[in-house]
Amino acid sequence: MSPLAALFLRELRLAVRLGGGAGIGVLFFLIVVALIPFAIGPDLALLARIGPAILWLGALLASLLTLDRLLAADAEDGSLDLILTGRTPLELAVAAKALAHWLTTGVPLAVATPLFGLLLNLEFRISAVVAVTLLVGTPALTFIGLIGAALSVTIRRGGLLLAVLVLPLTVPVLIFGVAAANTAVVGPLPFGTPFTILCALTLVSLVVGTFASAAALRHGLE
Amino acid sequence: MPLIDLANPTRFLALAARLMPWLIGATVLAFAAGLYLAAGAPDDYQQGATAKIMFIHVPAAWLAMGCWALMSVTALGTLVWRHPLADVAAKAAAPVGAAFTFLCLVTGSLWGRPMWGTYWVWDARLTSVFVLFLMYLGVIALWRTVEDPARAGRAAAILTLVGAINLPIIKFSVDWWNTLHQPASVLRLGGTAIHPTLLYPLLVMALAYALFFLTLHLAAMRNEILRRRVRSLMLMQAQSAPGSGA
Repeated sequence: MSPLAALFLRELRLAVRLGGGAGIGVLFFLIVVALIPFAIGPDLALLARIGPAILWLGALLASLLTLDRLLAADAEDGSLDLILTGRTPLELAVAAKALAHWLTTGVPLAVATPLFGLLLNLEFRISAVVAVTLLVGTPALTFIGLIGAALSVTIRRGGLLLAVLVLPLTVPVLIFGVAAANTAVVGPLPFGTPFTILCALTLVSLVVGTFASAAALRHGLE
Repeated sequence: MPLIDLANPTRFLALAARLMPWLIGATVLAFAAGLYLAAGAPDDYQQGATAKIMFIHVPAAWLAMGCWALMSVTALGTLVWRHPLADVAAKAAAPVGAAFTFLCLVTGSLWGRPMWGTYWVWDARLTSVFVLFLMYLGVIALWRTVEDPARAGRAAAILTLVGAINLPIIKFSVDWWNTLHQPASVLRLGGTAIHPTLLYPLLVMALAYALFFLTLHLAAMRNEILRRRVRSLMLMQAQSAPGSGA
């Protein structure tokens, strides 16, 4: 088995076997979605109108929550040093880690979305559209977050700093994610326009996130 | 003098000390001329005298963006050329840039109150400047959390470059999201749309702001170099203190 595949499988195994990963992310997502009606009142028409935005915000915060362990745990037990000194290019290694992280935290969020949409009085069709946009958009969140995780890896309690660094960069993803989801609710706009831009943002962040976080790790630990 | 000569902090400090009085003088003169011209500029036929906020608002916005560009260049200086003063320049620029961005936001909202009837609207340009402000604060936060200046410099350089890639994307997406602010009128294809009686005061004010920025930046760089010297002296003292085992 190639080192890269081994790393990928290790990440998946760790995420599944250790508590505190995907399950808690989805739980946090559920709680955020459940808290919004308490704040704005049980107006079903209003909830249905802003439902996609609530789901996107909840998913954004939930995906942020799990990011600080993405590299910090490896830095603490020394496996990050092994990855850095290994022969596998660091860019590929962090990409494999981020991909495994997305599979275990981003995908569950998207899968849970149609269910949580029921709480917000969303039709199943609309929830499904939101789920699709989340499925396409969450990799961008993970890879942008990867930069923040790499920058704050050596900082004790870097979690808060990570959020401050990462959230402004996620503005475009949020805008186009919600815009694409909203075309199912209102919008004369065709679904394709914002959706293809969302896809483009994801592809850009795959590249930028991978290279920037690898550079941050190299420079941060030298 | 080639840029590499300035890599020596002592030589840089000497040059800064020579330049500083001239820069301060030029800044004061440019501001005097700019404010005089701005006061003499005609009122707007719809907005009256409030349109004069433009003369302090627009240059602040230019400098806010220009400062991030400067930080991106210094970020390359840190990561690619390893210029020893590049991260000093980047660190000194961040708070100054944040201050100009804040000034731009404040004057903009003071202008918006009589014109749009509210201090804040979620308009595209305001929002993208606001995000820029948040990113400045993020960079400053990163500088302050990482203790070792060299490592903080490299981390901040990467964040700055990521920001430089992201800022146009944020600008585009926010434009797409909503727009109410007037489109660009000074720099645009097909010549400027602003009348010369307003353009010249604006350009003089922009020059004054740029000189002011340079003065502040140079002073902040000098402070940062001195702060690092104090830091290394204190480290040396702590190492050689009796009872430390050294």
